[in-house]
Amino acid sequence: MAKEKKNSSMRTRRIIADTVTHIVLAVLAFIWVIPIVWIILLSFSTQKGSYVTSFFPKGYTLKNYVKLFTDIQVLNFPQMFKNTFIIACFVCVISTFFVLSAAYCYSRLRFKMRKPLMNVSMILGLFPGFMSMVAVYYILKAVGLSEGSMIRVALILVYSGGAAIQFTIAKGFFDTVPKSLDEAAYLDGATKFQVFTKVTVPLSKPIIVYTVLTSFLSPWLDFIFAKVICRANAEYYTVSVGLWKMLEKEYIDNWYTSFAAGAVCISIPIAILFVIMQKYYTDGLSGAVKG
Amino acid sequence: MAKIFKKREKEFDDPYTVGAAIKNGNAVTRLSMLFMGLGNLTHKQIVKGLLYLGIEIAYILFMVQGGITNLYHLITLGGRPQEEVWNEAKGIYEYTSGDSTILFLLYGVATLFLTVAFLVAWCANLKSAYTVECFAKEGKHINSFKDDLKDLINKRLHWTLLAAPWTGILIFTILPLVFMICMAFTSYSKVDDKLTIFNWVGLKNFGTVLGMGNSIGKTFWSVLGWTLIWAVFATFLNYILGMLLAIIINRKTTRCKGFWRFCFILSAAIPQFVSLLLMRTMLKDNGLINVLLMNAGLIDSPLPFLTDATWARVTVILINLWVGIPFTMMQVTGILQNIPGELYEAAKVDGAGPATIFFKITLPYMLFVTTPYLITTFTGNINNFNVIFLLTGGAPVPVGSTAGKTDLLVTWLYKLTVDQQYFNVGAVVGILTFVVLAIVSLVTYHNTGSYKNEEGFQ
Repeated sequence: MAKEKKNSSMRTRRIIADTVTHIVLAVLAFIWVIPIVWIILLSFSTQKGSYVTSFFPKGYTLKNYVKLFTDIQVLNFPQMFKNTFIIACFVCVISTFFVLSAAYCYSRLRFKMRKPLMNVSMILGLFPGFMSMVAVYYILKAVGLSEGSMIRVALILVYSGGAAIQFTIAKGFFDTVPKSLDEAAYLDGATKFQVFTKVTVPLSKPIIVYTVLTSFLSPWLDFIFAKVICRANAEYYTVSVGLWKMLEKEYIDNWYTSFAAGAVCISIPIAILFVIMQKYYTDGLSGAVKG
Repeated sequence: MAKIFKKREKEFDDPYTVGAAIKNGNAVTRLSMLFMGLGNLTHKQIVKGLLYLGIEIAYILFMVQGGITNLYHLITLGGRPQEEVWNEAKGIYEYTSGDSTILFLLYGVATLFLTVAFLVAWCANLKSAYTVECFAKEGKHINSFKDDLKDLINKRLHWTLLAAPWTGILIFTILPLVFMICMAFTSYSKVDDKLTIFNWVGLKNFGTVLGMGNSIGKTFWSVLGWTLIWAVFATFLNYILGMLLAIIINRKTTRCKGFWRFCFILSAAIPQFVSLLLMRTMLKDNGLINVLLMNAGLIDSPLPFLTDATWARVTVILINLWVGIPFTMMQVTGILQNIPGELYEAAKVDGAGPATIFFKITLPYMLFVTTPYLITTFTGNINNFNVIFLLTGGAPVPVGSTAGKTDLLVTWLYKLTVDQQYFNVGAVVGILTFVVLAIVSLVTYHNTGSYKNEEGFQ
């Protein structure tokens, strides 16, 4: 009898706990999702100006999207998109090469400077990224990369130049590739370079995809370098600078809803890439050869 | 630290050092000190020898053509200002082009870098000359140029693979940093109109920033205080709340785990600058939240989310939670599932409640595993430029101050350099930020398991 009572009281407690959990989760999920819902609604809103009176717009239209892609007199969104895309492609190739080769050297090859180089990379990673921004700008100016279409080259170099500092995740992955595979290849007379390209790289798909995606995304997510290097050259803006500009005092009245449309257009592909990236990141963490 | 270096020396023992070359080398090897590549040339390593010789000639030509002037300018700085000169023949004033000290500094530092690179090549040349001399004496095989090239994809693969990445790091990270650090010791600033011509001033700027006697110094200490408060709150609140969220979703009886996770990951997937700009427009005086609250009759005047100092500080921390919690959740979910279940069973048998279990088992275990992650987040938060710059821009700014109430050291650094053009003070602030971070992280990093047993897996 007593046992039954205890059981039923435990069940009640569990049901209460479950209900509370689900309510809490629902409230939290609501808080996290609501701004996203709102920006999507806003991107279809018919209202003018930046003053909003209600959560749901008074009417729905596609005009904001049309304006975003056709009104290219003041803020040329398609151009910004193209700029960012070109930059991202180059950065992606260069950074991936830099990161993977540095990580492979630190993980697999043994040489005198290995630990010092790793430590220096760590230390450099601690400096606020744009502390040296002013200096980078002067250097680019001194070699003639700060004007005209060279700005794109400058941005590519800035995003990918120091990429090899971020080697840790890739190195962690290479550390899990069994060394016995390398040794077997050496016995067959392979050079170290062949081991890298024919043994390690094919086994490292998750981390390669992860590196490719992170470096492809960096120009889309960065704001501050693009702003400092482009300055007033509107035709070389990347999307982040452009979207930021739309909310500045002189543009906000005309561009508020188009900002929402632009944000939605950018966020959807980035979000998809991000989710793919997370999948490969988790795969990468669990090591190269599954036991 | 000294121990580590000693161990490494043994591991890569190399008898052909520069010292040995000077002490024991023959005449040709010693002459290589003056004529680079001579040792290689006399032992039929023609291409290698010519390369060394080429490096020497190129360096000397460069130094004669402008390198020495660059170094001289680096030491003296200063220079001629732009002047008006009366041109009699044309009857107009002409402007002589004045010097620009910032270029002196940049070229000087770049020349120093080239000189260091040359010294490295010089040492390599001596070593190579001595090695080839010893090999010839012992009758060992002397590498032809072809063999050397083959080595580059085998024994010296690290040279090939690291050359490009480290060139990038040198030019785009180290050179600008050295350049910036140099600025900290100059008078390069809008103060006293020192933007085109400035001089070395020693440690004066450090005194300005660290002293309490002037407005910059006072601002520094208050900004530093807020930066630390912000970093602690942002890191630990994110960590604990994110972990709690993960635990709640992971509970055995929680339904639709995938759906809940998706809701939170969605906000993490959106580019940060988009969600931050969005939040800013929502929290403005006439933004959505205030309008909705006023329409509902809950408040009469807009809430000062981003305009009142205390409100703004709380708001940025809360919004950072909105941005950061999903990331923490994603990071810790996997680790949480690795906590041995027996620990929980044992605790339950002993009659521990959920709170006790969390603080006595989950939290200590997680802290043990995720210390490196915590360190990165902490340093990331101290350097968290985006959240502050895009949300408040440091506002509210007290009258006459260079920093606002929500400015972190990094955003203040940005304002000092880009807006105010106090480059020297900005550089000092950057260096001080770095010093704190470097000590904390290097010490912690050296004590983590992943650094000590990096080959534990193999």
